[in-house]
Amino acid sequence: MKSLKGAATPLIAIVIAFTVGGLLMLIQGANPLIAYQSLFYNAFTTSDGIAKSLGKATPLMISGLAVTVGIRAGLFNIGAQGQLIAGALASAWAGYRFTDLPFIIHLPLALLIGILFGSLVGAIAGLLKAYRGVHEVITTIMLNSIVLQLAEYLSNGPLKEEGSIIARTPAIQESAVIPDLFGLPLGFFLGIALAAIVWWIFKNTTTGFSFETVGRNKSAAWYSGISVKKITVAAMLVSGGLAGLGGAIESLGVIGRFEPAFNAGLGFDGITIALLARANPLGVIPGAILFGGMRGAGPNMQFDAGVSPDIIDLILALVLFFVTAPLIARWFKLRNTEQRSVTSGWGN
Amino acid sequence: MKKFTSRNSLLSYIVIIAIAFFYSRDSLVTTSVAGSALLFGLPLAMAAMVGILSERTGIVNIGIEGTLLFSAFLGFFIGALSKNLILGILGALIGGTMMTLLLALLAVNWKMDQIIAGTIINILAAGLTSFFYKQGYALPAILPRWEIPFLSKIPFIGPVFFTHGPLTYIGLILIIALWVGLFHTVWGLRSRSVGEHPSSADSAGISVVRLRYLNLAIAGAFGGLTGAYLTLELVGSFDRGFSAGKGFTALALMIFGRWNPIGALGAAIFFGTAQAVANQLMITGVVNIPQPFINMLPYILTIIVLAISAGKVRPPAAAGAPYEKEKS
Repeated sequence: MKSLKGAATPLIAIVIAFTVGGLLMLIQGANPLIAYQSLFYNAFTTSDGIAKSLGKATPLMISGLAVTVGIRAGLFNIGAQGQLIAGALASAWAGYRFTDLPFIIHLPLALLIGILFGSLVGAIAGLLKAYRGVHEVITTIMLNSIVLQLAEYLSNGPLKEEGSIIARTPAIQESAVIPDLFGLPLGFFLGIALAAIVWWIFKNTTTGFSFETVGRNKSAAWYSGISVKKITVAAMLVSGGLAGLGGAIESLGVIGRFEPAFNAGLGFDGITIALLARANPLGVIPGAILFGGMRGAGPNMQFDAGVSPDIIDLILALVLFFVTAPLIARWFKLRNTEQRSVTSGWGN
Repeated sequence: MKKFTSRNSLLSYIVIIAIAFFYSRDSLVTTSVAGSALLFGLPLAMAAMVGILSERTGIVNIGIEGTLLFSAFLGFFIGALSKNLILGILGALIGGTMMTLLLALLAVNWKMDQIIAGTIINILAAGLTSFFYKQGYALPAILPRWEIPFLSKIPFIGPVFFTHGPLTYIGLILIIALWVGLFHTVWGLRSRSVGEHPSSADSAGISVVRLRYLNLAIAGAFGGLTGAYLTLELVGSFDRGFSAGKGFTALALMIFGRWNPIGALGAAIFFGTAQAVANQLMITGVVNIPQPFINMLPYILTIIVLAISAGKVRPPAAAGAPYEKEKS
C-alpha cells in the first residue's frame, strides 16, 4: 500500500506531462493521438519493438541506478553522462582491439574495462569532493565536457575506424557482443539483477547503511565513526562504475561500436529516471522501460505523425518538473511523500 | 581584506608588465590576442553575474546554462522573425527573466531543492529550444560595431576595449554597476544580508521573498543580455545546444571570483586569455594541438583552479536553503 501511494505522484506526473506534450503537438499542427499511438504501438506491442525498447531501456536503467546510488549518499552525480561515455568508449575499444579471445573471457573483460573507466571518471569527482571540498555538481559537469571532447578526439583520431567518414570506432568483435536471451537483450536482465542487488544492499547491509547515513547527515555519520571521506569516494566510484557499465552495455549490446552521437543524453535521462523513482533502486526499472520505449520508437512517431522526436526530451523535462515540484501533492491532496533533499548548496 | 587587495594589485602589475613585454615584441598579435580574450571572456563574465546575484541573495542557481540557451533562442527567433534586432534584444531579456523567475517560483515559493530546480531549468530549456527550433531563419544583420571616437585611437587600449558592439559596452558597464550596487548601496547590503542570514534580514523588516524575486529577475536580465550578446552580436545565428556549456563555466567563474562581480570578470578574462593564446598558437602553427583539447582547456582549468582555491572560498551562508519564516 505504501509503495502504491509512492507511485501515485510519478504516475500523475507522467499523465500530465503527456497531456502537455500533446497540446504542444497540437500547436505544431500534428495529431497527438496518432503520435502517441504510434509511439506505444511500436514500443510495446510488437516483439521486435519490445526487444528494441528493452535494449534502449538497459543503459537508461543502469545510469538511473548510478545517479540513485549517488543521491543515496548525498551526492548529485550530474556526471553520469561523462562516466557513461568513458565506459562506452573504453569497452568498445576492448571489444574491437582484443582478438581471438573466447566469448566467455572477452565480453566480461570488455564490460569490466567499461566499469573501470566509468569509475575512474567518477573517482576524480569523489576525491576532489572528499579531500578538496570541491562540489561534485561542478566537477562532474566539467568532467562531462572534458570526457566528451576526449571521446570525440579519440573516435575521430587514434581510435577511428579506417576509411570511415564519420567519427566512430571499428565494430566490436563477435566475441564481445552481448547476446540475446529468449529474443530479449541479455543486458536487460543484467540491469534488473543490478537494480535488485543495489536495492538489497541498501536495505540489508552495513555498507548501504553507511552510504545512507552519510547522505542524510554527515555529522551524524562522522560521530558514529563512519569515514565520510571514504564513503564519498566509494559512492562516486560505484556511481561512476555503474554509469560506465551502462555505457558499456550500450556499446556492446545496442550499437556494436562507439559512436559519439549515439550516447548523447543517456546520462541526463538517468538523472530524470532516478528522481522519478525517488532514488529507489527498484523504481528505476519501470521508468527506464517507459523512456527506453519512447526513445526507441521516436523515429516511428516522426514517420507516422510528423512529430519531431525532440518532443520526447520535452516530455521528460515536464515529467521531472511535475515529479519534483510539490504541485501534484497539493492538487490531488496526497500526503506529501517525503521530499528527499539531494544537496544543500555549495557548503559541506 | 588587506591581503586580498595587495594580492590583487600585485596581480595587476604582473599583467601590465606581461602585456607591455608582449606588445613590445609584437604589437599586432598582442592587441588581437587581448581583443579576443575580452571577446571570449565577456559572455562568461556576464553569465557569471546571473549566478552571483542569485547566490548573493541565497538562491543556488545551476540553471544559468538553460537561462542562456532560452534567452538566446528567444532573442534569435524574435530578431529573425521581426527583422528587428532591438526587439531581439528585448526578447532575449524576457527569455532570461522567464527562466530565473521560474527558478524563483520553484525555489522560493515551492521550497524545492535548488540544485534540482536548476537542473529542471536546464533540461526544460534544452527541450523547449530543440522542439521549437526551426531551420532556415536568419537575422537581418548582427549588431554593428561602435568605434568610440578618440578612445578607440589609443594604441592597444583603443582596439581592445573601444571597438566593439553595443552589448559589450553595456555588459562591461553593468558588471561594474553590479559590483557598486552589491557592495556600496542599501539594496546591495540588504541583498547580501538576505543571502547570509535571512531571518535577521527579516526581523530588520526586509521582505526576503520580494527581494529574492527582484534579484532573480535582475539576474535573468543579465542572462538575457548574455544570450543577446552571443546570438545577436557575436555569432549571428542560433543552433540546438547553442550555449555549449558556457553557463556551467560561468558557475565555476563565480566561485573562482569569490561571488564578486569584479573577481568573476577577472577570472573570465583569465579564461578568455587562455583560450585566445591557445588559438593564436594554433594559427601560427607553433604547436599543433587538436581542437578538442583546446575546447577542453577551460574545463580543465576550472577543475584545477577550484581544487586549489576550494576550502578558502566561502559561499553566501544561506545559499541553497529555502527560507521558512519563523512562526510567532
